[in-house]
Amino acid sequence: MNTKSGKGKVLLKMRDVRIDGFSDERWHEIVKGVDLTLRRGEVMGLIGESGAGKSTLGLAAMGFARPGCRLTSGEIVFDGIDLMAASETEKRVLWGRRIAYVAQSAAAAFNPAHRLIEQTVEATVGEANAAEARQDARELYASLQLPDPDHIGERYPHQVSGGQLQRVMTAMAMSPRPDLIIFDEPTTALDVTTQVDVLSAMRDIVEKFDTAAIYITHDLAVVAQMADFIKVLRYGEEVEEAPTRTMLSKPKQDYTKSLWSVRALAKPEEPADDIALSVENVDASYGGTVKVLHDVTIHAPRGRTVAIVGESGSGKSTTARVITGLLPPSTGRVVFDGEPLPAALRDRSKDQLRRIQMIYQMADTAMNPRHTVGEIIGRPLEFYLGLSGRKRDDRVNELLAMIELDESFIDRLPSELSGGQKQRICIARALAAEPQVIICDEVTSALDQIVQEGILKLLLRLQKEFGLTYLFITHDIATVKAISDEIVVMYQGGVVEQGLKSEILGPPFPDYTKLLLSSVPEMDPDWLTGLIAERDGK
Amino acid sequence: MHPVVTTVIQRLALGLMTLFFVSIIIFASIEMLPGDFGETVLGQAATEETVEAFRKELGLDKPSYVRYFDWIGSVMSGDLGTSFSGRASSGVDRSRPVIDLVAPRLWNTLFLAGMTAIIAVPLALFLGITAALYRNSLYDRTVNATTLTTISFPEFFVAYLLILFLASLTQTFPSLANVTADTPFLERVNKSALPALTLTLVIVAHMMRMTRAAIINLLASPYIEMARLKGVSRMRVILRHALPNAWAPIAVVIAFNLAYLVVGVVVVEVVFVYPGIGQLMVDAVTTRDIPVVQACALIFAATYILLNLTADIISIVTNPRLLHPR
Amino acid sequence: MSEAEQDYSAAGEIGQVRTRRTATQRAWLALKKAPFSAWFGMIVIAAYGFVAIFAPLIAPYGESQVFPAPFAPWGGEHVFGTDQIGRDVLTRLIYGARNTIGIALATTLLAFVIGGGLGLVAAINRRWLDQLLSRFVDILMAIPSLIFALMLLSIFGSTITSLVIIIAVLDSTRVFRLTRAVAMNVVVMDYVEAARLRGEGLGWIMRREILPNIMPPLVAEFGLRFCFVFLTIAALSFLGVGIQPPTADWGSMVRDNASLIQFAQYDITAALTPLLPAAAIALLTVAVNFVVDWFLHKTSGLRDEH
Repeated sequence: MNTKSGKGKVLLKMRDVRIDGFSDERWHEIVKGVDLTLRRGEVMGLIGESGAGKSTLGLAAMGFARPGCRLTSGEIVFDGIDLMAASETEKRVLWGRRIAYVAQSAAAAFNPAHRLIEQTVEATVGEANAAEARQDARELYASLQLPDPDHIGERYPHQVSGGQLQRVMTAMAMSPRPDLIIFDEPTTALDVTTQVDVLSAMRDIVEKFDTAAIYITHDLAVVAQMADFIKVLRYGEEVEEAPTRTMLSKPKQDYTKSLWSVRALAKPEEPADDIALSVENVDASYGGTVKVLHDVTIHAPRGRTVAIVGESGSGKSTTARVITGLLPPSTGRVVFDGEPLPAALRDRSKDQLRRIQMIYQMADTAMNPRHTVGEIIGRPLEFYLGLSGRKRDDRVNELLAMIELDESFIDRLPSELSGGQKQRICIARALAAEPQVIICDEVTSALDQIVQEGILKLLLRLQKEFGLTYLFITHDIATVKAISDEIVVMYQGGVVEQGLKSEILGPPFPDYTKLLLSSVPEMDPDWLTGLIAERDGK
Repeated sequence: MHPVVTTVIQRLALGLMTLFFVSIIIFASIEMLPGDFGETVLGQAATEETVEAFRKELGLDKPSYVRYFDWIGSVMSGDLGTSFSGRASSGVDRSRPVIDLVAPRLWNTLFLAGMTAIIAVPLALFLGITAALYRNSLYDRTVNATTLTTISFPEFFVAYLLILFLASLTQTFPSLANVTADTPFLERVNKSALPALTLTLVIVAHMMRMTRAAIINLLASPYIEMARLKGVSRMRVILRHALPNAWAPIAVVIAFNLAYLVVGVVVVEVVFVYPGIGQLMVDAVTTRDIPVVQACALIFAATYILLNLTADIISIVTNPRLLHPR
Repeated sequence: MSEAEQDYSAAGEIGQVRTRRTATQRAWLALKKAPFSAWFGMIVIAAYGFVAIFAPLIAPYGESQVFPAPFAPWGGEHVFGTDQIGRDVLTRLIYGARNTIGIALATTLLAFVIGGGLGLVAAINRRWLDQLLSRFVDILMAIPSLIFALMLLSIFGSTITSLVIIIAVLDSTRVFRLTRAVAMNVVVMDYVEAARLRGEGLGWIMRREILPNIMPPLVAEFGLRFCFVFLTIAALSFLGVGIQPPTADWGSMVRDNASLIQFAQYDITAALTPLLPAAAIALLTVAVNFVVDWFLHKTSGLRDEH
């Protein structure tokens, strides 16, 4: 194992690194000349949206390129060793021992055929006594607050939860006491309440051993807890780099500011009594056996937004399926405009179907890739309103204008649109039916931050114009603040509470709501420290 | 009970069920025979009495489910019925029990298939795995292009090409594989060389391509990338990280191709006049000797089901998720 | 992936806009980029198609015209000699293209109508019908199809109609499985759910939402299934239980002239006579495989197409 010395000396230096990726049968530059310097014991946050090249750059710091990528030029020097020139064998001596990698999906990154502890110490046993390494691994498990640290290593990867697996992977990276750890979106796949524990465990252990780290993520609030300084990437180029506190308080570039613009959005809540749609005492189950909803009651006031929040498995999406009629409830009913709706989709009239529309999380899969924009928006016009030919096309153009796109889009295919444009087309398709209620299922969570803001503003404007009622399903509290009037908190298939935004987001909290709200990372480098201190204090 | 045991038992039961349904289908085939079938077998001159006696022997006067259980019962006790051939309109019956026809030929076919498998399986696995490891290399591309071409060849084309070059022109191997029960082992191997080689060429192409695809799929798993990023040596990545997870896909590939071999054997046996069960079946089809056809079909189907069942069971017992339940 | 940097506006967001091209232009563009093997395959297929369609015009003699000299040598009046009863081998080869390819094509089409139709229905229905069809197909597929075909032919006799129907039904099991699998991937897409929520009928969903999205794998499968059917029919004919004389067909031509191969040392051309139809079969399947290989490669990257 390496002894730590010379804090503050340059550990990793990358200069003008360029990386090509192979797609469409040719090479494209995906990292376009990035510089990076990391000193011993420092933690750097690498942040950017999808396609910014951050993961590619993180792997390049190890001198590694995924299949379909290649390092074309530049300089990568790790502790005096030129990684561009080093052979695979030379790099292999560094990998796992002096530079370790923590992957995004722990479930996929562990070999299903071997026990956790064997995988944890695999890189270490080459140099150290096996029994010693195992003992050390058990101690690492303990300091990462894994349950039953003495025995958890004897389990197989599929026998422990995702959050635990992510911590075991951190122990695996830490086992040989490397000089540098690359964390590649390690908490992205976790629920917020789990994320807090994993984050604090990772941060403590990195601090404890004074390891340098590169922390890659798209979530600025998360990285603010971990990093000493932050580098923002966009389209494979550096936007800016600054110490964490400076970056949060005084970002220089407009692009960086836009990264948290959604968090600045806040809609003033407006109470209302006229109920457009209500779900009354609904129980539902899949296949008659697994009960997924118990006694769910939700009221949506006309012209307002009700946000339904909760973690994965809380029953938010199932509630949407009950409202749309895809999953008839076993008991309870859905009342729309004062009249109960038939439980099953096929028993509902065309007009009832028209008045409740749905927008999906993944605009990609919500549009038929073989239909043009004109066909996609035109179909509800034809189907519900009987418009055709010239009239239909004119209406499609009007709808395109409403969503801030022009007529040139009418004969594009979905593959020719950006993520935000796709979601706009889905909004237009819902609007085309002239609905009263729109169910929005995580409509912004697959989008980049800057695009999210645009979509949310658009939804708010349309709500004003047409008096629409939104049921807004999301797990993101910033989005809730930006759009909702009322909030419903769901947990394990039941409603924890419903009320006005100010009531739910302010005390007194039921326990679960409090846990959920406090686990959402905030744009404050001291947030995690404060939260852990507060929770430990109790 | 351990989940592996329950899953294996489930799979075995499913295999038996399939075999049961397959036997019903094969049995039902005789039901579909045209009504004047007796005359066809016995000849135009058959008297009404002989035809009636023949129908009675087939049990056509009993309800079909009774006949099915009679048939399946005797099949299980090793009695496959009596061949149609050798019957004459005169009523003289020189027909032989099907089992006597099938047994020696089944042994011959198993010998040929076994000989092929011993050469083909290791060769295909070697070629497939190396092609996957050295993906996109000249070696990989050459092997790929060659096998893509060979897959497209009908078996008899490969067979006659081999006869032309290795038997007719150079006299290296005999082109007739007329082995008998008394043929000594080495001579048997020599006579079976060309049929075995033909089958090997056909099978290796398929098996190599499937192995390559399975290994490439495996090597693309994130845990393989993780192992590399842990600095694990290339050899150890393959042996320790890829291999334990490779048994299932490899077993599936081998079983699929051995099953393919079972079918490929038919054409090859005819080309080389090899006295196997495939040739017997083709002859029986030409003479419409239904009991023999049924027996052969049942044997082929049972082998096929058994092979796939074996692959399933190997996949189950090597699956860590089932071996180590939560 | 986005290329350039730009300030935010909805319309200005970077999407990948493809240049508008007509279908012919797109096809031509794809063809120009096609590798040599694909070109080779397409030319061979076209040539076979031409020969098959214009067989009576190209062939020097009649399909079953018998000449006095059996096993006549190559050259002279008979380019590839005559067969065992004195029919012109070249003529038989040309008519064989028509018969063998025609029958295989008809069989494959029938297999796709049966298997594809039922597969789509099973993917959408997903209840008892799907269960019933899937279990039935599992059982049919537990018997090797060549063996099954042999058994059924022994019962129904080797007429062309029974040959086509038997092979089509047996082969439709594989088409069923593939169609069901790819259609299931599409059925779970949100856009299909969106169509159901809109209240669209089953016909519209099948025709407009699902079918266009499963065409590429089905087209590729058509090529592969054609090869398989073609080889199966050739094998059956070679075994003497497929296409029956006097219809000219490549499989039985190989069988009829097979004995000539023994004389390779004395007359190499005679020995090649049975290999000609065998090579004709091999060349066509190689060609189709090359084209399918290219097509699969091409359509697997459909979404990234510029």
